[in-house]
Amino acid sequence: MRRARLLIAALAGVLSLAAASDPAERLKDPAQEAQARQIFRDVRCLVCQNESIDDSEAELAHDLRQIVREQIRAGKSSAQIKAFLTERYGEFVLLTPSFSAGNLALWAGPFLVVILGGALLFARLRNRTPDPDLTPLEAQRLRTLSEDETR
Amino acid sequence: MIVEAGAFALILALALSIAQVVLSAAGRIRRSAPLAGAGEGAALAAFAAVAMAFAALMHAFVVSDFSVANVAANSHTAKPLLYRVAGTWGSHEGSMLLWCLALTGFGAAAVGLGGSLPRGLRALTVATQGVLGTVFLAYTVLASNPLVRVLTPPVEGRSLNPLLQDPALAIHPPFLYAGYVGMSVVFSLAVAALIEGRIDAAWSRWVRPWALAAWSLLTVGITLGAFWAYYELGWGGWWFWDPVENASFMPWLVATALLHSAVVTEKRGALAGWTVFLALSAFTFSMLGAFLVRSGVLTSVHAFAVDPKRGVLLLIILGVTSGLAFTLFAWRAPSLGQGGLFAPISRESALVLNNILLAAATATVLLGTLYPLIREAMSGESISVGPPYFNLTFTPLMAALAVLLPAGPLLAWKRGDARGVAQRLWAAVLVAVALALLVVAITSPHKAFAAAGVGLGGWLVVGALVELLERTRAFRAPAAETWHRLTGLPRGAWGMTFAHLGLGVFIMGAVFETSWKVEAAETLPRGGGLDIGAYHVTLDDVRPVAGPNYDADRGTISVTRAGKPVCQVAPERRLYTVGGETTSEVGLCYRGASHIYIVLGERRDSGAQPAWLVRAYWNPWASLIFLGPVIMALGGLISLSDRRLRLGVGRRREPAA
Repeated sequence: MRRARLLIAALAGVLSLAAASDPAERLKDPAQEAQARQIFRDVRCLVCQNESIDDSEAELAHDLRQIVREQIRAGKSSAQIKAFLTERYGEFVLLTPSFSAGNLALWAGPFLVVILGGALLFARLRNRTPDPDLTPLEAQRLRTLSEDETR
Repeated sequence: MIVEAGAFALILALALSIAQVVLSAAGRIRRSAPLAGAGEGAALAAFAAVAMAFAALMHAFVVSDFSVANVAANSHTAKPLLYRVAGTWGSHEGSMLLWCLALTGFGAAAVGLGGSLPRGLRALTVATQGVLGTVFLAYTVLASNPLVRVLTPPVEGRSLNPLLQDPALAIHPPFLYAGYVGMSVVFSLAVAALIEGRIDAAWSRWVRPWALAAWSLLTVGITLGAFWAYYELGWGGWWFWDPVENASFMPWLVATALLHSAVVTEKRGALAGWTVFLALSAFTFSMLGAFLVRSGVLTSVHAFAVDPKRGVLLLIILGVTSGLAFTLFAWRAPSLGQGGLFAPISRESALVLNNILLAAATATVLLGTLYPLIREAMSGESISVGPPYFNLTFTPLMAALAVLLPAGPLLAWKRGDARGVAQRLWAAVLVAVALALLVVAITSPHKAFAAAGVGLGGWLVVGALVELLERTRAFRAPAAETWHRLTGLPRGAWGMTFAHLGLGVFIMGAVFETSWKVEAAETLPRGGGLDIGAYHVTLDDVRPVAGPNYDADRGTISVTRAGKPVCQVAPERRLYTVGGETTSEVGLCYRGASHIYIVLGERRDSGAQPAWLVRAYWNPWASLIFLGPVIMALGGLISLSDRRLRLGVGRRREPAA
């Protein structure tokens, strides 16, 4: 009885265990299998709570893995397979957001912060250093003068 | 009876928090010491009251009082004591009570340790902390009360998610919440200083210990969570860039930036506005995290205590408290002085760069977390932002930070000497390059980028040590002098060395593990084996065992290397009988800093012969991933014990009033 219950629970398997490495699903050719795993990590398990199909044990993830592996066996490239999946499920299926106009803020945002911060720092430094139009000699004299005054 | 007393204490705490606000504010306005003192008394009493309510709830969990709705929904008599205790904060209501406990606790600590603060600033800090306590206690009492009874108590409870029944996760929330909520004192100090209109070196020195304490606790909390994910979820991942993880990471990044900018404000009087901005942001991100985790607006693999309706309330709390604080900031910031001058090559510039990169990293995490929501709201299209996005944005920003880091502490304030720094760091450069080359040589496949990443970690470790040697004039002065200098180093300097060294250790571990982990999975009968790297894993036996509230299959698995025994592990596959969930207990075999990680999977008989799916991972240098942050947190604690930070030091700055 207990064993039967255990077995049922095992089949129901709510927990994902890097499902993609399952020997029952694997492709024979290691290079193709590696390519498949690479794709899995970038494909979302659509019904799961934020998991890739590489990790998920859900039924749908299993089906998606099968589709990807079949297409790889048929010799399709990773880009072709991703295009196929996007066609079918929308951009939501890919974990890498596309470099499109709609995602401009997403991709540019962090680097904009760096540029903005850099500009502010530059402005601050510029305000405080002697005017670059002065000759080095003038700048030197200005520094000595102001230093004398503070003493 | 105890439960009723707890419920009463909770309402009392709300009343006391309101009194805390009114009395402290009145104490400041009328400059009345008795009123301000009464406000402080109310803060202490509010903490005592929340502690009573918390104790009452914990008692209900320990004795399995299922007449309390929250206990019935989240506990079970068969659960071990530790997890019944941990069940106290395992639900939405209970975790908000823990939040309130931390909030009033930090309020009481601010009263107890804030004796050196000027009276006005102290009264306003206590008042602000009281406002935060009031809103969160009001939310807990009115919308999320964990001490509500049910009319017909069930005979048995519905138990806690078995994934959460784990020692690391039992203590993970208290650390995390203490870290989150520790930022509230920083927030209150910032609001108080903005109202007082005085932000100076003394203020920075008061903020630092609170920021340090909260940062250290948050570091420990996040690390515990990552370690739990690593060994409990069963596929050896420790960070998924999941919204819930990001929610805890953003306050950490902001607090890290704050710790660095506060140094500039303290030592040079510069960046005051920016430091205050960060002080307000840190707790804002904490509240954002509380909202994101509980509202269910984002799908997360760690979905926890989700309730959209109450999520809106949390969003309102966030909007109002932070909104007011930032309005105050916008009004007062222009009056803050610019502070001391500094040259492009200087300690100040280095710390500003640190802050720019950390701010950009925070922006990355924030955008990556919220962009799917924004995009959906604006155009109705749904997109996913997963780990590849963060690898392309967050990682280069952090790499840039790590490249610059060792130079920072070696630069002088005001005007640094770039050539001198380069001369002192050439040894570290050599070590880092040698480490990267060594990694390329010993690993297969060869990965240049990843090897450079490991070298970068080494650069930080050696860079931190070089800085220590410089400070103690090691090898240049007599040994006695070096020893004298070493023992005389301020704790703050040790703290910095540890924190930077810990970051280097973490980077080495994270890069190595991610780049060279090996995975193998086979269906094995008894006596069957598989190869993982240089090791051979044999499934000796599988036997059923009975736990307190689960049944399990326990495997006996031995690991050998070239025929010699290495270790034995006993991974389990557990079935929790109450909820019917399956979890796995992985078998971890430690080999130096590396792990052999073994999972017993489902049973898959081939014909009449019983067989099990066994997965094994070789996770090289994985221990460093968790050791690094522990060293960093230790650095925070060491720095916290610095006598310069003891709160009495600022006293001499107090105006004679």
